[in-house]
Amino acid sequence: MVDNTDCLLEVQGLKKYFKVGKKKMLRAVDDVSFYIRKGETLGVVGESGCGKTTCGRTCLGIYDKTGGQVTYRGEDVHGMDKERRRRFTEQAQIIFQDPYASLDPKMKIQEIVAEGIRAHKMAEDEADIKKRVEGLLSTVGLDPAYGSRYVHEFSGGQRQRIGIARALAVEPEFIVCDEPISALDVSIQAQIVNLLKRLQKEKELTYMFIAHDLSMVKHISDRVMVMYLGKVMEITTADQLYDHPAHPYTQALLSAIPIPDPRVEAGKVRIRMEGEIPSPVDPPEGCRFQNRCPYAEKKCREETPVLEKIGEGHFAACHRCG
Amino acid sequence: MSQILQVENLSVQFHTYTGTIQAVRDISFGIRENKVTAIVGESGCGKSVTSKAVMGLIQKPGVISKESKIFFKGEDILGYTEKQWEDYRGQKCSIVFQDALTALNPTMDIGRQITEKIRVHRRVNRQEAWQEGIRMLEQVGIPGAAMRMRQYPHEFSGGMRQRVMIAIALTLHPQLLIADEPTTALDVTIQADILDMMKEIQREQGMTIILITHDLGIVANFAQDIIVMYAGKVVEKGSAEDIFYHPAHPYTEALLRAVPRLDISGGQLETIEGAPPNMADPPAGCPFADRCKKKRPVCGTGFPGEAEIAEGHQVCCWLYMDDGGGSGDGR
Repeated sequence: MVDNTDCLLEVQGLKKYFKVGKKKMLRAVDDVSFYIRKGETLGVVGESGCGKTTCGRTCLGIYDKTGGQVTYRGEDVHGMDKERRRRFTEQAQIIFQDPYASLDPKMKIQEIVAEGIRAHKMAEDEADIKKRVEGLLSTVGLDPAYGSRYVHEFSGGQRQRIGIARALAVEPEFIVCDEPISALDVSIQAQIVNLLKRLQKEKELTYMFIAHDLSMVKHISDRVMVMYLGKVMEITTADQLYDHPAHPYTQALLSAIPIPDPRVEAGKVRIRMEGEIPSPVDPPEGCRFQNRCPYAEKKCREETPVLEKIGEGHFAACHRCG
Repeated sequence: MSQILQVENLSVQFHTYTGTIQAVRDISFGIRENKVTAIVGESGCGKSVTSKAVMGLIQKPGVISKESKIFFKGEDILGYTEKQWEDYRGQKCSIVFQDALTALNPTMDIGRQITEKIRVHRRVNRQEAWQEGIRMLEQVGIPGAAMRMRQYPHEFSGGMRQRVMIAIALTLHPQLLIADEPTTALDVTIQADILDMMKEIQREQGMTIILITHDLGIVANFAQDIIVMYAGKVVEKGSAEDIFYHPAHPYTEALLRAVPRLDISGGQLETIEGAPPNMADPPAGCPFADRCKKKRPVCGTGFPGEAEIAEGHQVCCWLYMDDGGGSGDGR
């Protein structure tokens, strides 16, 4: 599926199952393939339980895989030895969704940010660490003097900046942003997104941006991947996805998003889906979306569609789109 | 159009160890009957506290100031006795909370939670109440309602739970429904279903809804009137047309430009620098002044009065005050 050499992360048939109860499997990520090019932002969207967070974490090797392969710069993420793994964590970092839960309340900000620098022995001495931490804090728009404070003294937006500073501390080239803005207020969201965009330009970062807010994903992403029940439904450029969504699920998802403009809203037609998202423990046969799809036919119930090329850089997993 | 609710000079304070939080500071507004009014603002702007005051749910350490008045159909509800409150809540005015999982009782089946209210307020027997409960669940679009009545909250999905909440709020056919972030915890597709359902019920029953939200998309989809709050103050009021197409307050303008739009591509998002003020010690002047791009010296002197810049469109900003030295580029 990929023929470009500037590809940073390549995922082939990745599977991640969790055991639930007796003999049951929750197929959080089920046969997912995609790639991320160097310097781009891949947005990953989908509703709760679609497997987007699990996918991001498995790509970083935080979770073991059940099947398939994740290669980073040609190297298998799950097959690295200790030393190589240590170097990989220097290159790939994560920013978590909840800035309240992901920062240790008993640590000072400077300790939180310096932890990675120390672990990877990136600084020469204490003075160097201090200098680096101060530099990182000002990079993310915080007063360097805040380093001696504790997490509880900061607002949600400031905490997320601390989380970003921590991720940047080891000078990574790839960052998985796992819903970095969904816990924040509207006016603060824009600040964080603009900060992430600026950092990407300055430090030539590559992002995997996981979110459920499709408007924001469109704004920040070069390409967008839509997931549903552990499967990829569609991948294409952000503009193409929003202007010409091919998969019925993408179409339904997009039409459900309210647009902050009353006249546009009044004229909008929504594509309704039947029922609610099924449990990933017991997904429907055939296409995962078939029981809610307005166009489902016999073939959809029997055969699972594979992700196929339907246009330039446009892939969809749907029998209708083939 | 008559107003079902009038709030005059409402102030709510919370006395805490870290100081007195002035959650709502001297706000006034009216709610038109049979319309949907959205109260918009960010966390901590006082929108939920306002709705709780209207429901008579402010409890210690919260205190409603003596000057505050809330009239429901001309009746001053803040002078109500506990008995009068009981009649008011549920029958005249009802509320749907954001988090249905914490609002519902996990140890009671849904049927009992719905019928409890019917049995208290109406002279019906258990069977009649049960039938009414099933009817309510059907009305909010829950399939298999009769069977669902016997189930517990944990057996429902997030969207279904929120529907149950709405069914409970509507059982006594209130004239005013307050929906406090009713869909914030839900996925967009479920959110759209619930909003459609609420809209339909609102149209059919001619109910008045106050929608509390921070999502401008939902507001555009649902509301006819909008009240914008910031730091415990109402900064702008008007119709949806006014607020979306002719925003007057710099905060409203900035807020509208800070959200990305699905139907428009590219561009840098405009940010509102800084953060809202600490409500334990709010500034004497306009609370938005420190973040405002149009700030003038006068902004720090006091909170601006209300200026009517078009019919039904009011704004509290020094730009529109005669003594503010501003030209007021409203319309």
